Amino acid sequence: MTQKEFLNIVMPFKDKVFRLAKRLLISTEEAEDATQEVLLKLWNNKVKIAEYKNVEAFSMTMTKNYCFDKLKSKQAQNLKLVHSNYEEKNTPLQKQVELNDSVNWVGKIIADLPEQQKMIIQLRDIEDYDLDEIAKMLDMNNTAVRVALSRARKTIREKLTNTHSYGVK
Amino acid sequence: MVLNNIEKLLEKYENGETSLKEEQQLKNYFSQETVAPHLEVYKPMFAYFLVNKQEQFTKDVPLKTTRKFNYKWISVAAVAVLMLGFYFGSTLGQDDLGTYDDPELAFNEFSKSMEMISSKFNKGAATVSYLNEVGKGTSTLGYLNEVENTTRIIFKTY
Repeated sequence: MTQKEFLNIVMPFKDKVFRLAKRLLISTEEAEDATQEVLLKLWNNKVKIAEYKNVEAFSMTMTKNYCFDKLKSKQAQNLKLVHSNYEEKNTPLQKQVELNDSVNWVGKIIADLPEQQKMIIQLRDIEDYDLDEIAKMLDMNNTAVRVALSRARKTIREKLTNTHSYGVK
Repeated sequence: MVLNNIEKLLEKYENGETSLKEEQQLKNYFSQETVAPHLEVYKPMFAYFLVNKQEQFTKDVPLKTTRKFNYKWISVAAVAVLMLGFYFGSTLGQDDLGTYDDPELAFNEFSKSMEMISSKFNKGAATVSYLNEVGKGTSTLGYLNEVENTTRIIFKTY
């Protein structure tokens, strides 16, 4: 397989791999490293690529596993400077700014979800995958995915309602 | 009418029962400028999903065509070298041990090399000869005995 053929296969979903990695690892740099690692692994196993039924789903599973390894590894136990608990002090004046702020809030809420729900929200609501596909990628059954998805969506909505009705966090 | 529909969809959405098509409908609705005030809460959520879909991986991936070295060829090369070795080993077998057939010539060579050894040996011995000087020095120290003798005499008198 030439480099070009490989890139043709990989290009359509490399961003999805990156976004999933970022959802789990939070930091952009780490997510970039993870994506690189996943793509390189695919490239090194390019002989076997034809055997995979669904390269995309396979890569997503690989990404998930890689990120979990990263999170579990000693390296990740160090305190990281991630802006997940950063709060804007200025009161937003314009509606646009306010909207932007609450959009950021959604990100923070998702970051607080358990890993599994995070991934499912990412795969379903951002990447638009089928429930069956998600179940295959995450090695879960269909109903479990549905339940987790519903729980995650409810949590996000509840927390958003709270921040809205209290005005300030 | 539309609002009613959206509300129903939202409920289904929260139970995780919407299809991708229905979710697209929801996303379209919430990407509008104005939404019903009581549904305002959902707007940032869908906006967030849309924004996050845009993010792209921009870093290059260094794809190297790593040529795998085939270790089979090492054994082939080794066998070839061995074969060549055996071949030339047997053809160039008349080896020279450095011996002489003529006794006179042999004697001459022998005495020559012995001469060389003796001359080198003498040179070495000559440089060691100054050690005699040390011997001389210690012999002069012998008169210290005299001092000892006299002190012994002195102590005897007491």
